[in-house]
Formats: sequence, C-alpha cells, structure tokens
Amino acid sequence: MDETTVAAETETDLSTDATGTLLDEELLVEEISIDGMCGVY
Amino acid sequence: MTALVEQLKAGLDAPICLTWELTYACNLECVHCLSSSGRRDPRELSTDEAKAVLDELHDLQVFYINIGGGEPMIRRDFFELLEYSIGRGIGVKFSTNGAFIDAEKARRLAAMDYLDIQISLDGTDAVTNDAVRGEGSYDTAIRAMNHLRDAGFGEFKISVVVTRHNVDQLDEFKALADSFGAQLRITRLRPSGRGADSWHELHPTNAQQRQIYDWLLAHGDNVLTGDSFFHLNALGEEPLPGLNMCGAGRVVCLIDPIGDVYACPFVIHDEFKAGSVRDAGGFARVWKHSDLFAELREPQSAGACASCGSYDACQGGCMAAKFFVGIPLDGPDPECVGGHGEAAMLAASASTKPRPMMDHSKPGRVATPDRVPVTIGRR
Amino acid sequence: MTTTADASLLERCLALHPQVALRPEPFGALAYHYGNRKLIFLKHPDVVRVVRSLDGHDTLSATLRACDIDEARWPSFERALLSLTASEMLHDRTG
Repeated sequence: MDETTVAAETETDLSTDATGTLLDEELLVEEISIDGMCGVY
Repeated sequence: MTALVEQLKAGLDAPICLTWELTYACNLECVHCLSSSGRRDPRELSTDEAKAVLDELHDLQVFYINIGGGEPMIRRDFFELLEYSIGRGIGVKFSTNGAFIDAEKARRLAAMDYLDIQISLDGTDAVTNDAVRGEGSYDTAIRAMNHLRDAGFGEFKISVVVTRHNVDQLDEFKALADSFGAQLRITRLRPSGRGADSWHELHPTNAQQRQIYDWLLAHGDNVLTGDSFFHLNALGEEPLPGLNMCGAGRVVCLIDPIGDVYACPFVIHDEFKAGSVRDAGGFARVWKHSDLFAELREPQSAGACASCGSYDACQGGCMAAKFFVGIPLDGPDPECVGGHGEAAMLAASASTKPRPMMDHSKPGRVATPDRVPVTIGRR
Repeated sequence: MTTTADASLLERCLALHPQVALRPEPFGALAYHYGNRKLIFLKHPDVVRVVRSLDGHDTLSATLRACDIDEARWPSFERALLSLTASEMLHDRTG
C-alpha cells in the first residue's frame, strides 16, 4: 500500500460532455498517510 | 483549488500529528541519537503539565502523536499519560528500545486501543545493530518483539535508521518484520544530536542512496519511511510515496521533555526553537503565532538550487541535514543526489557548523563537533 | 432505501462512520478514521457541507440537492464520496 493515494485526476481537469459543454472535474478529496509526514519519529 | 501540498506548506491551524519526547533519560547511548539523550533533565514537564499539553492537543483536534525520548517508558507516569492521551481521543505511537517491555507490560499494552508501538532496530544481527545502539540492544529489541507477539498486540512497527552498515540488510529487515507480522519503517539518518559526530562515517554513500531509492520502488509496498527520503526523488522519474515536503513547523513539530517546541525532532537547537508550552498561551499560541513557524510557512526560496532541474522533485532536501553540517539553509542538501552537496560541505568550515545546544549525554559520551567520533567496537 | 453496494451511490443512504473525526480547515476539512488510521483531506467547503448533511436525508442525491450542488458537479461529488466510502469514512446508514 502506498503511503499516499492520490486520485488519478490532478487539479482541475476540463472535459466535455456529449453536448460539448465544458465540465469542471474537481478533485474534492485527497488521501495522505498519517505516517507519511517528514519531521516525526 | 491549490494543490494540497502547497496548502500544507503554508501551515495549518493545528498540527496533523507531532513528536513529543517525554524524557531525555535513556538506558541506551546510541551513537547517532538525534536528541543526545542519556540523562534526565531536571526541568522535565511534570505529570500535570504533560496532561495540560494533552488537553490543548485535544482542543486543537490533533488526532495522533508520536511519543519518544530518550526512552519514554522510563517515565514513572508513562502508562498514566498513555491512558490520558487515548482517553482524550489522541491516538499514540510510541518509539522504544524495548528494554521495559516484559511479558506483563506487553499484555497491558495489547489491551489498549488506538496505540501503536515502534521498536528501534538498526541491524538484523547483533554485530551490526549493537555497533550503533550498544551491546545487548539487539537482544533487548527482539525480546520485546517476542513479548508483543506472545501477548497478541497485533501489528507493531520496527523502525530502522538507514546507515552505511545496514543498507545491505533491507531485505532481511523486511523478512524480520514479516516474521513478526510487523510493519517495517526505514528512516533517514540526519546529522542531529550525537549524529553530528558519527554522520560522516555512518551516512549512506551516493551509491547506497540509489540502492535505497531502487529498493523502495521495488519492495517498498507497506514499508513506511516517514517521508524522510524525499531528497532521493531527484534520482528518477517516479517519486517515492509521501507528501515529499518538509513538514517542520507546517504540519508537524516537536515538544521536547522540558516543554520547548522545535520545528521538528531533528533540529533541537535554538535556531529552530519556536517557544515553550510553559509560555503564556501554551502550545497553541506557539503553534499559531511563533515567529519561527510563521517564517517557515512563508514560501521558501530555492536559493542555490534554483537553477537545478531537480528542485521540484527534491525540494532542496532537509533543513536539519544542511544546518548541522554547516551548509546554509538555501544551499544544497549534503546528500544531494546531484553531487552539489559535496562542494557545499567543503566550503562549510568549523566556523559555520553550529555548536550543539543541548546535550543530555551521559558523562564520557558528550557530543562535540570537534571530538574524534567514538564508535562502539565490533567484535 | 437502497443500500446494496452495486446500487448507484446517488441512491444510497450514507452516514459518516462513527470512528471518523472531522476537523475544519480553511479550505475544507481533515477527516481521520481512528479505526483504520486513514487521513483524508476534504478539499472544498461544499464537500464538507454535503458530508455533514448526509444524516438529514435519505439519499445522496437528496443531500446534494438540499445543499444546492449544481448537477453538473454531481459526478465529482459522486467520485469523492465513493472514495470516502472505499476508505470506510462513509458507510451505509442503518435504521
């Protein structure tokens, strides 16, 4: 298991739906490891 | 939305987790001890003061703390503080050499929830380990692990400081951890505390750094690193798992045994002291308003590393590593994989290397930068 | 009320797991699961609002509607909450 699991999309991807309207795909959650921070034992 | 890492670099209103060294007392005298531990400081926080800190951490909603020292189990109120912390909703991981984990203690620990244990070990055999941690310390650690396993503690951690002499044992460390159902953690040696004396002999060579990087990429699933090897990311295209940033003063910090607050456990020096939990406003005020932490939460300059294409990957490395070998903080990491650290170290002289501030070593093992390093002889 | 795993997330009745603590942050919130020790950043105040509102509605779609989330954003929210469910931060509400 990686210490950091980041969803495949990064930042804000812009893609279009069937009608050509721009959709804003936000990355709303991001997992980090409680053990994956530098500066602790 | 800003990248998460950029937001974390700007600091949070409370730490995510932190290290708390409960005592400078220790039954061991490891040559590389980051806190130069050995003798208890008479100014140690009292039980009541420690509980007040835990109350503050509860109010700040710190979910998890890493307790260490010295040897934290030496404190008479160790279990009292463990239970108080967990009772206040703060999970605990404590780091220990295992000397005080007997069968009865192991059972007591196994009965506790929201508790992680990390046993320190620096070699997969007594010769390698004891050269750094002292005669008998390998046996002590293994005995503690056996007690934890027999008591049904569940998954504990084995924490290894990677040195020139144990880097070839990474596979064996993994096998040892697997044999106990434990999780392996490998971390970077910093020239901090007594580590300043032994760093030049113990730190991995350039070739060994690549060995560590390659090993982590190939076998590092379920191996923790405390995000301490992000300076190696400049070696390749694939970054190591982790935030890959310095958390000091931003998302983590250290509370030392006398209540002083430092940016991280690897910079116990006035230069990185943010304040004291004994100051008016306690820990919360130090975390939120100290000048040092405000400074660390400003965007950092790449300095001498600005023209290097690897800066995004390595972030210029570790403050503690630079500081204690006398390299300016906007200079390269002494173990820069691009080789830029070597020239910087040559330029660093005795006058730029900081003098140690606090030394709780036992007599005969004082850490001074000019002293010929003592290594415990191998058999 | 649909609770089976293969039902669309939008029709499921979700709740925050009792072992999860939510800590507000300037940009959203930090979620920590005391049981599995996972740590997740909720990176937008809207997703925090939705998570906190789940208890008051029978389905995720009802929650999103009540929180005034534009339907164009629903795929992002579904992805986020599916991820939270996979991490056990959210589970199907019983009762």
